[in-house]
Amino acid sequence: MENSIKYTFKDFASDQEVRWCPGCDDYVVLRAMQKALPEMGLKKEDVVFISGIGCSSRFPYYMDSYGFHGIHGRAPGIASGVKIANPNLSVWVMTGDGDSTAIGGNHFIHLLRRNLDINIVLFNNEIYGLTKGQFSPTSLLGQKTKSSPYGNTQAPFNIGQLALGANARFFARIPGNEPKTLTEAFIEAEKFKGTALVEVLQNCVIFNDGCFTKYTDKELRDDAQLVVEHGKPMIFGKDKDKGLMLKGFKLEVVTIGENGITEADVLVHDAEEVDLTLHQMLIKLQYPLVTGVIRRVTEVTFEDLEHQLTSKIKTASPVSSVDELFFSGETYDVK
Amino acid sequence: MISDENNTKEHFARENHKIDTAVIRFVGDSGDGMQLTGTQFSDTAALFGNDVATFPNYPSEIRAPQGSLYGVSGFQVQFGSVEVTTPGDELDLLVAMNPAALKTNLFALKPGGTVIVDTDAFNKKNLEKAKYQNNPLEDDTLNNYRVIKADITALTREGLLDLGLDNKSITRSKNMFTLGMVYFMYNRSLEHSEEFLTKKFKSKPLIAEANIKALRTGYYYAETLELMSSTYVVEPAKMDAGKYRVVMGNDATAWGFMAAAEKAGLELFLGSYPITPATDILHELVKHRHFGIKTFQAEDEIAGIASAIGASFAGSLAITTTSGPGLALKGEAIGLAMIAELPLVIVDVQRGGPSTGLPTKTEQSDLLQAMYGRNGESPVIIVAASTPANCFEFAFEASKLALEHMTPVILLTDGFIANGSAPWKIKSVKDLPEIKHRIVPKGTTEYLAYVRDEDRLARSWALPGTPGLEHRIGGLEKDKVSGCVNQGPENHEYMVNIRAEKVKRVANYIPNIEVEYAQEGDLLVVGWGGTFGNIHAAVKEMNDQGYKVGHAHFNYINPLPKNTAEIFAKYKKIVVCELNLGQLVQLFRSDFQQYEFLQYNKVQGLPFTKSELTQHFKGLL
Repeated sequence: MENSIKYTFKDFASDQEVRWCPGCDDYVVLRAMQKALPEMGLKKEDVVFISGIGCSSRFPYYMDSYGFHGIHGRAPGIASGVKIANPNLSVWVMTGDGDSTAIGGNHFIHLLRRNLDINIVLFNNEIYGLTKGQFSPTSLLGQKTKSSPYGNTQAPFNIGQLALGANARFFARIPGNEPKTLTEAFIEAEKFKGTALVEVLQNCVIFNDGCFTKYTDKELRDDAQLVVEHGKPMIFGKDKDKGLMLKGFKLEVVTIGENGITEADVLVHDAEEVDLTLHQMLIKLQYPLVTGVIRRVTEVTFEDLEHQLTSKIKTASPVSSVDELFFSGETYDVK
Repeated sequence: MISDENNTKEHFARENHKIDTAVIRFVGDSGDGMQLTGTQFSDTAALFGNDVATFPNYPSEIRAPQGSLYGVSGFQVQFGSVEVTTPGDELDLLVAMNPAALKTNLFALKPGGTVIVDTDAFNKKNLEKAKYQNNPLEDDTLNNYRVIKADITALTREGLLDLGLDNKSITRSKNMFTLGMVYFMYNRSLEHSEEFLTKKFKSKPLIAEANIKALRTGYYYAETLELMSSTYVVEPAKMDAGKYRVVMGNDATAWGFMAAAEKAGLELFLGSYPITPATDILHELVKHRHFGIKTFQAEDEIAGIASAIGASFAGSLAITTTSGPGLALKGEAIGLAMIAELPLVIVDVQRGGPSTGLPTKTEQSDLLQAMYGRNGESPVIIVAASTPANCFEFAFEASKLALEHMTPVILLTDGFIANGSAPWKIKSVKDLPEIKHRIVPKGTTEYLAYVRDEDRLARSWALPGTPGLEHRIGGLEKDKVSGCVNQGPENHEYMVNIRAEKVKRVANYIPNIEVEYAQEGDLLVVGWGGTFGNIHAAVKEMNDQGYKVGHAHFNYINPLPKNTAEIFAKYKKIVVCELNLGQLVQLFRSDFQQYEFLQYNKVQGLPFTKSELTQHFKGLL
């Protein structure tokens, strides 16, 4: 899909006025996507954004590409139909924590399981925004919301854990206040052949303001986040002196230079490891919070399997047209 | 007891009667292979040139406990030298493989009719399971019938002894033994079934041999049997000349879509979730991926239709198939396709409801759900097939309407015609009407998604991948021109009205309804969908008897044909017959308040019978 046309981010901005709340991270994601697309080598007409319902699901209206704003939770189904009907398209599902892990949970896990070459951007703000502030499946225990004024009693999903449970081959977790990191993650998701899930830690300024501040605040993030990169040691901290080691069956934070620990002792991130165990452990860590591309394991896609099968059947088939089929087999003549 | 062919010619008087039609029902345990046996008989009859109609009637359990009353599975076929439009009311021959089968089906056998029973199955255990106090073969239960008792299980076993098969495989061939007997009784050749068995068990030649041997043994056994005092000849029927094949309604539906996709020059996409009795459409389409057909077995009903909507957005002829419970789940998504104005066909193979209801039985109780089962003002086109063979025609027609009018179409069939089979005069794709989809012509540089053509009010279809026509659509109310979000009051009212008007105008593109038999007179019998065969047979019989009765059968439900009111005006009485509590009649009462509508309804999970219809109609005159 090499392309001679050079786009800029403006080519992907539609003429529609963006209507998210002032200060919402969604603006950052939108701009990051508009900047990422010209770098992907795609033709504009081959890009399709599909969404369900929720704040994030307004996204397609703001992109000057093909777009379909569906119904609550069903974007994965619609996207699957688009991709199967026309595998040449670059198909993006824009969704939220409610859309994908509550009403659309079933479709979300099955899309990941099948491994269609579709990209999912999941805006996780741990709250229902568009319905004005009820707890979502990712809201924390005890969290006070409009529908849990005395505290949430429903234990949350961890998006990455859920996704890997459904055999996600590509999972990235990216803070919503980092435009450049988001752009890079979107480009990497597009490059990946298979279902790529990018979870965006998105602040909702109105109903859940500050939900990720302890990880994303500029003062705190170096110590609170471990940004993983494939092939690089898992080192973090303001002074780049902290790292992760495996002790028994648990991950442990260690300080380089203490107790004889050197950089060589720190785990090196292998995003391409097929075994899920370490990726799941990284995903579950609360401190530091692991961000970046945590898993990237290439396996055959659904479309490729379908295509291979069709080619095989086509070669073996004795009939080549619908008419031939109708008139073959057990027919008889009435005179 | 078995003799070989050469010395079976015992000489006793046997009459060979010529008859117009015959009705046979094969009944046994749900594992006895009755569906296969019945299908074999009806295919053989059709290949011989008879008109045929079949009715499989089976329980929802796959292998219900052996010998139980609720585990009985039956297959009924009527075949004739005259027109046959129903599987028949009363049976000429009942084949009962066990006491439970006899107990649950004997009521349908006409007085003096023949019953073939497997005496081996009438043991103490099975009699108890069938709740018989006495053995019906020994008391007066069967006094009014001609009874052919044969120890079928033992005879099959004996006949196949030398093949070295296990007991179970041998016993399982007893249905073929029985079929052989019935073939003899109706002067049929074994050829078709032998070919079928050879092919079916290609990889298991021993099983093929056993089945063929059982078939032949049964045939020769019947020949020796003095009890088989009469045999019957049913000559070929007079049908339009041409090439035919026997089709089941669900297969015909699948083929109609294949023909439509080829005619329209589009890929066919089916997004579906398995549900009885609709799944055979998926089973059929999945075989033909080499024609560019894409089938997607989704994780649930909603994903099934969602994927079809996606495929439609991307330019396929998109279909989703389901039954009543699935239609309920798809409601919101149908509304999405409706407001997005995308072509989509939703097939509802109706079954007994509500809820899970009677999954394997027939009913017509989803009509109002199809009409109104969505939020907001969201009319869709509704068409209904009325015979197994015209499932082809209406699958094609539903596709044509969806693609030419850019709107979802619900195609209603039902368990009775979906599983029933009948001869179909094969239609070549080249003889079918053109389908003019609304994909924007190549080279179009500007696109306003909701600009409409003046006649149909249909918008045009720009597909992802087309340069310069990028646009966004969805479930929010759209601007009447650009398709961008517009929730303004006037715009919304305009859009609601124009979407409704678009569906209404489909009436300009569908045929008028034609009444068969009396064109005016005392009584108009109205039906729709899968009840055609029985109503047709009943009205025909009444006209033969001199009554002035007409039959109007609706295949187009929304919108109705333009001449509907006109035909109502020509009769003194109108009776609307439905397998529900009166759904089409409700639409009539609201649309045509000037007429009085009587109704005749049945909700037993069973089709109408000709005799109950004629009896009711006579009561109205």
